[in-house]
Amino acid sequence: MIPTETEAAIAAQITAAREPLLVRGAGTKSGMLRPVQAGATLSTAHLTGITLYAPKELILSAQAGTPLHEIERALAEHGQHLIAEPPDLSALLGATPNTQTIGGITATNLSGPRRVAWGATRDHVMGVRAVTGRGEVIHSGGRVLKNVTGLDLCKLLTGSHGTLGVITEVTLKVLPAPEATGTIVIPGLSPAAAVTVLSAALGSPYGVSGAVWLPADTTMPGWPAGPPAALIRIEDFAASVTYRTEKLRGELGFPDADILDTAASLPLWRAVRDARALPMAEGVWRVSVRPSAGADVLAALPGLDGYLDWGGGLVWLAGPATETTHRAVEAAARAAGGTWMLLRAPDSLRNAVDVVPPEPAPLARITRRVKEAMDPRGLLNPGRLYAGL
Amino acid sequence: MIRLPDPKQDVLARRDAVIAGLRAALADEEGVIADLIRLKPYETDGLSAYRQMPLAVALPETTEEVVAILRFCHANGVRVVPRGAGTSLSGGALPMEDAVVVGLMRMNPILDINYPDRCATVQAGVTNIGITQAVSDEGFFYAPDPSSQLACMIGGNVNMNSGGAHCLKYGVTANNLLGLKIVTVEGDILTIGGAHLDAAGYDWLGLLTGSEGMLAIVTEVTVRILRGPEGARAMLAAFPSNEIAGACVDSIIASGIIPVALEFMDRPAIHACEAFAHAGYPLDAEAMLIIEVEGSVDEQNDLLGRLSAICERHTPISLKVSQSAEESLAIWKGRKGAFGAIGRISPDYLCMDGTIPTSQLPHVLRRIQEMSDSYGLKVANIFHAGDGNLHPLIMFDANDPKSFARAEAFGADILKLCVEVGGCLTGEHGVGVEKRDLMPFQFAEHELEQQRRIKSAFDPDWLLNPSKVFPLKPSQALPHAA
Repeated sequence: MIPTETEAAIAAQITAAREPLLVRGAGTKSGMLRPVQAGATLSTAHLTGITLYAPKELILSAQAGTPLHEIERALAEHGQHLIAEPPDLSALLGATPNTQTIGGITATNLSGPRRVAWGATRDHVMGVRAVTGRGEVIHSGGRVLKNVTGLDLCKLLTGSHGTLGVITEVTLKVLPAPEATGTIVIPGLSPAAAVTVLSAALGSPYGVSGAVWLPADTTMPGWPAGPPAALIRIEDFAASVTYRTEKLRGELGFPDADILDTAASLPLWRAVRDARALPMAEGVWRVSVRPSAGADVLAALPGLDGYLDWGGGLVWLAGPATETTHRAVEAAARAAGGTWMLLRAPDSLRNAVDVVPPEPAPLARITRRVKEAMDPRGLLNPGRLYAGL
Repeated sequence: MIRLPDPKQDVLARRDAVIAGLRAALADEEGVIADLIRLKPYETDGLSAYRQMPLAVALPETTEEVVAILRFCHANGVRVVPRGAGTSLSGGALPMEDAVVVGLMRMNPILDINYPDRCATVQAGVTNIGITQAVSDEGFFYAPDPSSQLACMIGGNVNMNSGGAHCLKYGVTANNLLGLKIVTVEGDILTIGGAHLDAAGYDWLGLLTGSEGMLAIVTEVTVRILRGPEGARAMLAAFPSNEIAGACVDSIIASGIIPVALEFMDRPAIHACEAFAHAGYPLDAEAMLIIEVEGSVDEQNDLLGRLSAICERHTPISLKVSQSAEESLAIWKGRKGAFGAIGRISPDYLCMDGTIPTSQLPHVLRRIQEMSDSYGLKVANIFHAGDGNLHPLIMFDANDPKSFARAEAFGADILKLCVEVGGCLTGEHGVGVEKRDLMPFQFAEHELEQQRRIKSAFDPDWLLNPSKVFPLKPSQALPHAA
């Protein structure tokens, strides 16, 4: 692999390619979805650097290979943060921590607990530059917060897992980081009871920005193993966090629930964000459903370990990486009207199953035509999402 | 006048057969409009300077009728212009001579409201305000609030990715959608997304949002509904110059406070709105900010106190912190009546919609004033200051063709300026026909070609709203500005 340090070099590599390319940043998420059969690797890991940071305009641009933690550090110096709270899943995926890139998190559209209130990574991508499979450099969006000029290829490229274009630069909306974080801890709830409480919290006027259920005996940093618990987070100015957490626990009917302060809350939510609540397992799935169905998904899969984020709307699952288990996850997600994503498994399983839900035929036709429109020679991460595409 | 593609002569020649085919597609024959007098209201939309009578209008009542219409049009090579309430300010629903306008206004039931999952599913013809009204008893609301929200329909909001005054905190339409039901040009019904948050494959929901009716017809929408805050209150700060007001906006953002709304009005806008609404606006000011915060009364007091202290550092002419919901309403009254207010002092106006980096605000307002002087046309500026979305209202006289031509040229110069300083042609109104021919200032030809290929992937024969967004002939396009 030749380090690719410029956008022009990436374009040249694609133009010259005669066989499919494995497109990656730092490679921390290579174990997600289907394995890519490629003749060469195209990495953006050497295309680094923050190219624009205007804190007063809530805008940051960085080249795709810039490590996310560098961006987080630059933002923290100005009291700002990434809105979607993207996770670092390296512990879960067996990758090197703190190496994932802004391009990687954009291409996979992964978001953390704050997604339930403040939107996903894709909601805050204001602009992208990318090299298409044609070897052409294109841009979409820009460096302003509101932009509806032309088709929104930012959305199309975000979450496309490098299959439509190689993202070379990303521009994000950022926001001031909250002054304080508070967490209401309500122990002893079943998943179904917890989802009812979390829904009430998310439907309250107090701006809840995290709503999670952890099973009994969860071991993760910042959390004492114990009974199952619902966690409700509020982020705001310190006086507001105090006022809102106390008011909300009373309204939810748990006036004696513990409230964790900022120092205790930050490591806890970081661990939740990074899926540290899951035990190590060969197979890991993320299932996205309507929040009220989250408990049903867990109940349908008694053989798997799991926890709930997004008020029940995100079900994290870990268990044996077998086809039987995968089919059971698929069935539970389908029954709940939601989607699944196979996040970790040996190649044999990743090759054998639908790692994301297959699309109905008319949509699959459009998908194929869009792929051909962006990457007519099928060079970029073939097979990553769907077999044969 | 905007150029439209040449009409398909064979379709014009078959007009009667097309109308018969449409009538066969609908349960209610009255849902097809073919006589000239009843077609007249559909010849234009919110950009009333452009007019074109359509071939016919079809008003389906169900998704299945939309399927039948599109199957017929697809089989017969008939172009289709989707339309909601017809409030587009960019001419997004401007008909074509050989096109059938498919109006979604009869599709207006609210299908489902789900508070535990915080979502509502409605048909495309439900008005924006209609969603909020349906959930307000439970204290919920639908966040995007375009100025046309009393009339505009959610299907149109999806297609134009509409914004509003509260985007800084709550985002635009794209950030508040969960699912769509669409009908493809071939007549297939597709469900995109649902009540869950994350798609697993490509982000079709994101791509369809803001696609200006070019990719599919949206018939149902699942939106996120949010619980409203405990309360909200506004304040008004008046400044002696645009520069000082702009610097104050910077200081507010830098303080870590994100107000739920942060609106900027310049002197002409203040005067026009005050004359219209008697909102108590400061007539001695060059610029004015409306700042709104949310929370409990104590929280509002705390935030308004912090904001007042920030404003005080920027030598305001006056500060007025609302003491009640009524006073907040009065502060907003002038802003919300801005379009009517301008309409009172000028027979016609163009409402522009560029976005700029907020640091460029004083420079851009100065340049707009210079252009106003040289074109001899008055302009008033209203601005979503927090997110840089600028709405210059250019006043002209439609009875004077030269005045309209100057207004269009003035508007184009403003939008080019927006791109030049790092912004874009349109923040929330869409490209439509209005900004179509300016697209080469923001995109290189190969970038436009890539977007056209995406349209072709959905609509290979270019039957859906084909005259919008993309300049008609690349060879005649203007040179790339960058």
